[in-house]
Parts: sequence; structure tokens; C-alpha cells
Amino acid sequence: MSLSIANMTICEAIALLEGKQCTSVELVSVLLNEIRRIDGTLGAYLSVDENDAVSQAMAADKARSEGRKGRLLGIPLAVKDVLNVRGQPCTCASKILQGYIAPYDATAVAMLRREGAVLVGRTNMDEFAMGSSTENSGFKITKNPRNIAYVPGGSSGGSAAAVAGGEAIAALGTDTGGSIRQPAAFCGCVGLKPTYGRISRYGLTAFASSLDQIGPITKNVKDAAVLLGVMAGRDEMDSTSVDVPVPDYLTSLSGDLKGMKLGLPKEYFVKGMDPEVEAAVRTAVEVCGGLGAEVVEVSLPHTDYAISTYYIIATAEASANLARFDGVRYGFRAAGAEDPIDMYGKTRAAGFGAEVKRRIILGTYVLSSGYYDAYYLSAQKVRTLIKRDFENVFMQCDALLTPVSPTVPYKIGETSSDPLRMYLGDIFTVTANLAGICGLSVPCGMSSQGLPIGLQVLGPAFREENILRAGHAYESARGLIRYGE
Amino acid sequence: MRYLTTIGLEVHVQLRTRSKMFCGCSTAFGAAPNTHVCPVCLGYPGAMPVMNRDAVKMTIISGLMIGSRISEFSKFDRKSYFYPDMPKNYQISQYDKPLCVGGSVEIDIDGVSRRIGVTRIHLEEDVGKNMHFQHSSGIDFNRAGVPLMEIVSEPDISSPEEAFAYLLALKQILLYAGVSDCNLEEGNVRCDVNCSVRPEGQKEFGTKTEIKNLNTFKGVLNALKYEIPRQVDVLESGGKIFQETRRWEVETGVTIAMRSKEYAHDYRYFPEPDLAPVVTSCEQIEELRRNLPELPRTRRERFIQQYSIPEYDAGVLTADVAVADFFEQSAKLSSNPKAISNWIMTEMLRLLSEREMDIRKVVVTPAALAGLVKLVDEKVINSNSAKEVFALLFEKGGEPDQIVREKGLVQVSDSGAIEKFVDQAIAENAKSVSDYLAGKDVAAKYIVGQVMKMSRGKANPQLVASIIEDKLKVEKMKRGG
Ligand SMILES: [Zn+2]
Repeated sequence: MSLSIANMTICEAIALLEGKQCTSVELVSVLLNEIRRIDGTLGAYLSVDENDAVSQAMAADKARSEGRKGRLLGIPLAVKDVLNVRGQPCTCASKILQGYIAPYDATAVAMLRREGAVLVGRTNMDEFAMGSSTENSGFKITKNPRNIAYVPGGSSGGSAAAVAGGEAIAALGTDTGGSIRQPAAFCGCVGLKPTYGRISRYGLTAFASSLDQIGPITKNVKDAAVLLGVMAGRDEMDSTSVDVPVPDYLTSLSGDLKGMKLGLPKEYFVKGMDPEVEAAVRTAVEVCGGLGAEVVEVSLPHTDYAISTYYIIATAEASANLARFDGVRYGFRAAGAEDPIDMYGKTRAAGFGAEVKRRIILGTYVLSSGYYDAYYLSAQKVRTLIKRDFENVFMQCDALLTPVSPTVPYKIGETSSDPLRMYLGDIFTVTANLAGICGLSVPCGMSSQGLPIGLQVLGPAFREENILRAGHAYESARGLIRYGE
Repeated sequence: MRYLTTIGLEVHVQLRTRSKMFCGCSTAFGAAPNTHVCPVCLGYPGAMPVMNRDAVKMTIISGLMIGSRISEFSKFDRKSYFYPDMPKNYQISQYDKPLCVGGSVEIDIDGVSRRIGVTRIHLEEDVGKNMHFQHSSGIDFNRAGVPLMEIVSEPDISSPEEAFAYLLALKQILLYAGVSDCNLEEGNVRCDVNCSVRPEGQKEFGTKTEIKNLNTFKGVLNALKYEIPRQVDVLESGGKIFQETRRWEVETGVTIAMRSKEYAHDYRYFPEPDLAPVVTSCEQIEELRRNLPELPRTRRERFIQQYSIPEYDAGVLTADVAVADFFEQSAKLSSNPKAISNWIMTEMLRLLSEREMDIRKVVVTPAALAGLVKLVDEKVINSNSAKEVFALLFEKGGEPDQIVREKGLVQVSDSGAIEKFVDQAIAENAKSVSDYLAGKDVAAKYIVGQVMKMSRGKANPQLVASIIEDKLKVEKMKRGG
């Protein structure tokens, strides 16, 4: 038989491997061929070590032949370039980390390895996860596989493009303000941002420590549930990870929504959003109603303050997190410096891209003495209000249904001169990060131009089973979407 | 005009934890450069801090020792500034919610005791160490991330001598608390000194300068002895003191203003998002309070009461907690604490200082010392032999009675045997005998010495003296009569 990665899910690949219909080496070889064939056009990957991928696959096949088990034994996965994978580059799509080879595995990566996953390559992203289009990569622009004139979203645009473009079975992304959910929506795949503290952040190069979270980008909800199950859990190395038991997420995928109460926050259906997006989401809501869910309108009154709150907190934390990239210990160091201060200046001027510099300056400003109270402290207070909004609505319902983004994907180059417009595109996703709750992005249709539209399912903290169940039932009822038609 | 001086000290103390503040790396001193490092303490991308609970506990103990209020809710903050020895270019420290608030340290100046207020104690991580070579520089990150406790005093100190006394008292308390080795040679204690002067009668403080990174107490003393007259001179000559950071130059003995580039920072503190707040329950605090080591002063008073030793002895013995421990362990095994005290204060401390040794490393045990005192008290050996036994115990350890047996040092109290020696001595020292008879009482002492020599030090000296006295009296009567 001929293997095709294009629509293959993790669960299907596992079945093939377990049924001895193919080996991991075969799977990985086909995948590497696809990358060779497609990636010149899509630009989803920053680095692929073919030999290493094949030897990992050989080890997985050998382990299987020896009777060893592993929930992902022999399954090739792509990893966003912001996560440390021992022995691989981890540039965060920044020139400042050129030459840095990760000396250790991020905890989430180590958990994938323990289950036998084959880590094929590193996907492109907006530099240090700052951006929503993957145009801010220090190395290249990733294209939307559904229409290569369009952005794939970001910052995990490389991961989403690889999965949607048939260059990966599934991938890891990270989400600070929508960086998993939005590219998944833009590319027409599934993206899960788990609850803050659900998956260890150890080894995730921090952008905004109180907002960052690792999560899967997959072809369907079931695969997202599989990967979450592998990576979730308390980690001693991450003091912000939480010791909440990890349920068997697969058992929550009942296929119906009987007894579930779903909320529609009225602040998430606003004037100015793309009517095609609204129509697609409203249709999806109807489908959910048809699956037995009770749909109620709810209110999250502080939504309007979310974007400014988010950009103050995220940039403040980023300004400190990115201070370590100074050319002293690893990565790029500018030549010709006269003293350490000069070396920092030259290295950071040449190493960081414009968007990263903009955010470092913004973050430095909001933390400066005299401004801290007005900006950072106020933002933290508003953050508490936003969190409370969600606590209130989750007393009334099990999950919320909203659009992922107010727009469909835009053309490459369209927002790059207008950062504010790009920031506003995060309006429906940043709240989940501010509140620390979980969110899922599921494809729910396409625009008249054939561009994907995503449905966002938000759930209470540590209730991923709610959003996976809702997303899975909807996805099963929805039927196939043929993009570009 | 007379000037008043105001001094405040920030003392950074390395805690004696086994591992660093936020990672598992060793804190051991003296390893080859960059061998006690990991992604966390090197500030690698993605690495995250994990709080060392022992360091928190030690800081709370220190606070309790000086009467601080312990914060049930405390947190860490990031303090941002760029410096090559700082891996993350921010230091994890504590800004507005330190672990300990308030407290005081008692000092004695010229026999008068007073309290120096402590504003706060907080916990932070140390930085690496820059090293400069002929054509390049390097950084050793072994020290980066080592837990430091910063103890900030109130501006209660009014002279260099008080500052010095405060540092000594603080060090003594921290040694008693067992939270730091306070080893100045290894850089365990480093001080920043704030100081200002103002004309007598002026209410508000003068403009202060800060002298940074002094790593000896003498350095603090000398820097202040230079800086205070300097400030007075500036004011006397109509000048103005600038708020600035200065560096103490040991070689030249002066303080020098640092370039503003070297110290002017907006630290941009904000709460460390990678760490949860430090919550310490009342029960945990009370548990630590119950098991708190004694303060040096309390112990001194107790030694006077409990062991009936003079105040002077108690002061000497409690100066170093290890000496105090040694005394107490020995005294508990003995019925003669004063004799124990004498041995420690004279022989023991003398030998230790001669050899620049720490009492923690001696081989003689408290039980051995107590045993030695018992042998003397029971007149099994005389004091000469006891000194010999002590010297052997100090060199090689062992049991005093065994040494006495092996060396045959048991005191000779057999008057027949001693009489033989005395007769011989009198016969051989006619000159001393006639001196004695001529009224020179000291001459008898010489004869005692001769007898002790003949007995190889083993004769009971009191018995020897009384036999000689008797015999000489008889002689006197013979001649005179
Ligand atoms: Zn370390």
C-alpha cells in the first residue's frame, strides 16, 4: 500500500503501526519526502535532521519488535522552534539564537519521547512567539497551505501549516495570546491551549511566563486529546504547573452534547467582525444545539479591556524574559564591541527583529519607575476582573462558543505595516490566557474565498474534557470541509 | 563644628544550603570554573527556577533570632539590570514582600549596650564572578544562583566602630543560628554601606553615599574611617555631597566615586511569574521558633548561672558558637565546669590560634576533656602530667586514662618514695638549703622543682612541698638548736 501523510491522524498512524501495516521508518521516510517536496513552497520548517529522525524511527521500530509499549511509539511529530529538544537547534525563529543547540529536553518534549514519539523537525514561528502571522520570523515567512498568498496565522504558524499542509501528522505549538488557536483556525486544523499549569512550561523559551502554555496542533480533536494526555501533569521543574489529576481525555469524547450547557458571550459577537466568520460560528452553534446542548447567552463584561491588559502584561514579562539574550553565553554575539554594554547593544540590535524590539521597549516602559502603577499594576487588577468574569459564566455553563479570530486569514504583507491591527486580531483569544483557562480551536467552515474559519470552545480551568467533548461532537457532526472550493 | 554620622548597612550573607537557590547545583566553594552549573543557573532559554525550601527556612530562622516579624505571605520579584556576571540579566530577589520585617541586633560599645534596628531580611540569588585575563575576560558561574540573605539595617549606626561591632554581633548570631558559615575569605559575607554626615543640631539626614561590595569587616571599618572625614571636609569647605556610589580601594585606602553608568539603574521590579508566592503558616513559624537556637547573649547569661563560671569566662566561651558547644558538652560530663572552662580558655584556644585551627576540627572530644579534669580532681595525676596528657589528646585524640596508664603518669603520692627524693635533693643542694635557712623561703620552691624533676613530674606536688617543709624545719631546728 502507499502511505499518505496528508490526512493521516495520530490514531490512524498508531493503528497502522500496531497492525504492522507499516513501520515507523516507513512513516518517517514518507514524511521526509513530503517535507522535501512541499516545504520549499510552504516554509513550515526551520530545521529537519533527516538522519536523526530516521534513527529515532529505527529505535522505535526496534522497541516495538521487542514488545515495548508507548502511547506514541514511532509517531513522527513536529515541534515549534521555541521548545528545547536536546541536541536540536532552538532558535525561536530569532537570529539572536543562531548556533544555539539545546542541551536539554523541555519536560513536555521528554514526555513525548518517553512514549516513543519521533521528533522530526522544528517549525517556523513569529520570532519569540511575538506575532499572529509568522511573518515576524527572523528567517522566513510561512505560507498558508490552503492558499499560499495568505498568512498561516501565528505565532505557531509553522506547526499549523505543517499539519494542514500534509507535512506533519501533528505538531506542538505554544499559546500566549492565541498562538495555537489562531493559526489552527487560519489553516483549518485543531489547536488546543490547555489550562495554565496543565502542561509544564519547563524548556519552553519564555515569552510571557504568566500566559505561555504548550499545546498540540492536530488534524482532529481526538489527536489533541491523545497528546494532551501524554503531556499533562505536574512537573517539579515548573513551579507553576499544578498537581491536578490527569483524566483519560479519550473517554470524554462521547460524540454527543447531551446535558451540556454552552454559553455564547455576547461581547464576542461584535460589530466589525467578518460577517462570514460570524455566520460560520453561528451555524456551528446551531449544530451543537442539535447535538443536545443547551445554548445560553452570557456576558463577559470586561472583554473590552483584554487587549490592552494583555499587551501590558505580556510585554512587561517579555522585556525581562528576553534580557538573557545578550551574546554572553550562547547564540549570536555581534563583533567589534568595546565593552559589555556596547556588546549587548550591538548584539541585541542585530539579533532581534523589529516586532521583538517594539515589545521589549513597550515592556521596559510599562515597568519603569513612575509608570509601574499606572500600567502594570492596573493591568494586573483588570486581569483579575477578566478572570472573575469567566468564573462567573462557568458557574452557568460548561463551555463557551466563540469565534477564534474576528477575521479570516489575511494576505501576506497586509498587516505588517500596521501592528495595531494585528494586535486587535487577538481580541477573542487573549482572554483565555489572561484568565488561565483552556481553549480549543476547531474548523467550522470557510469563507467565500475558501479560507478556513475556526470555532473557539473555551472551558473552565482544568476542564479540558469539557471542550474536547464539545469540539469532538461538533467536529463529528460537521462533516468534511473542502477548503479552497 | 561638630558633625553627626548616620550609617546603614546592607549585609549579604551566603546561606549554608547544599544546593543553589533555584536549581540543584552544588554550592561548594573552590570548584573548577563553571562546573557547578546547569541550564537554570546559566539562564538558558526555557529553564525555570524552583525555590530552595531550606534557604527560606534559614532566612526565617535568622529573622526569628533577631526578633523579626515573619511574613506569612512573601514573594519573589525580578530585579532587572544588565551585567555580564548575571545570567538572566535579572536577579530573582524580593522587593516589597520580604520574608522578615523588623528586628534588632544588640551591640556593646565601651561596655554600653544598644540595639541596632534591622529593617528587613530578604532572600535573593548571587551572581557569577567576572575574571579578567591578559587579552580576554571570562565568567565563572559557579556562584551564580547561590542563596544570599540580605539583611538591611536601619540608619541607626553612628560610628565606624559601631558598624564593626554590629557586623561582629550579626555574624555571631548567624553562626549561632547555623544558617551561614560566615566565611569572609570565601566571600560569604559582603556589605554595602550607606553613610551621611550632618552638622550637630540639624534634624534631617545629610546626603548619603553608598560604598559597595566590601568583603571584610575591617574594610567596612576603614572605608567609613575614610569616608566620614571626607564628607565632613567637603561640607567644611563649602562643598556639596552628591548621592553616589563609591568603591573602596584597599591599596590606597580611599573611596572613589563610580561612574554613574556603573550603578544608575531603574531596576523595574515586578513579581517573578515563574514562582508561586512563599506562604509560611503560623504553625510552621511557631515550630521554627520553638526549636530556635539560643542567642549568644542568652547563652552567656545561662553559662554564668548554670555552670557557675565567671562572666569573663562566659564571654570568651560564647564568642564562637562551636567553642560554646564544646564547653557545654564537656561541662555536662563533668562536675567541675570551671576547670573545663580553664582548659578551653588557656590550652585549647592557645593551641587553636597557634595552628590557625577551627575547634570543629579538633580530635579531642568533650568526653576526653571531662575525663582529664576528673583525673586531676581525683588527684590521679598532677597538673604537670595533665598538661602533657592534654597535649597528647590535642595531637592524637584518645582516652585520657589510657594515656595516663601507657605513659605511666599516675601521680606518686607514696610519701616513702617522695621522702627518698627529698633527702637526695637536700643532700645535693646545700646552697639552697642554707639560703632557706638564712630566711629565703623561695629556696624551698627550687628544691620542690628538683624533686619533681627526679620523679619525672609524677610526684604529688603538694605532698612534695609539705615533706620538704617538714624536713627543712627539722634541719633548722638541728642547726639553730
Ligand atoms: Zn544550576
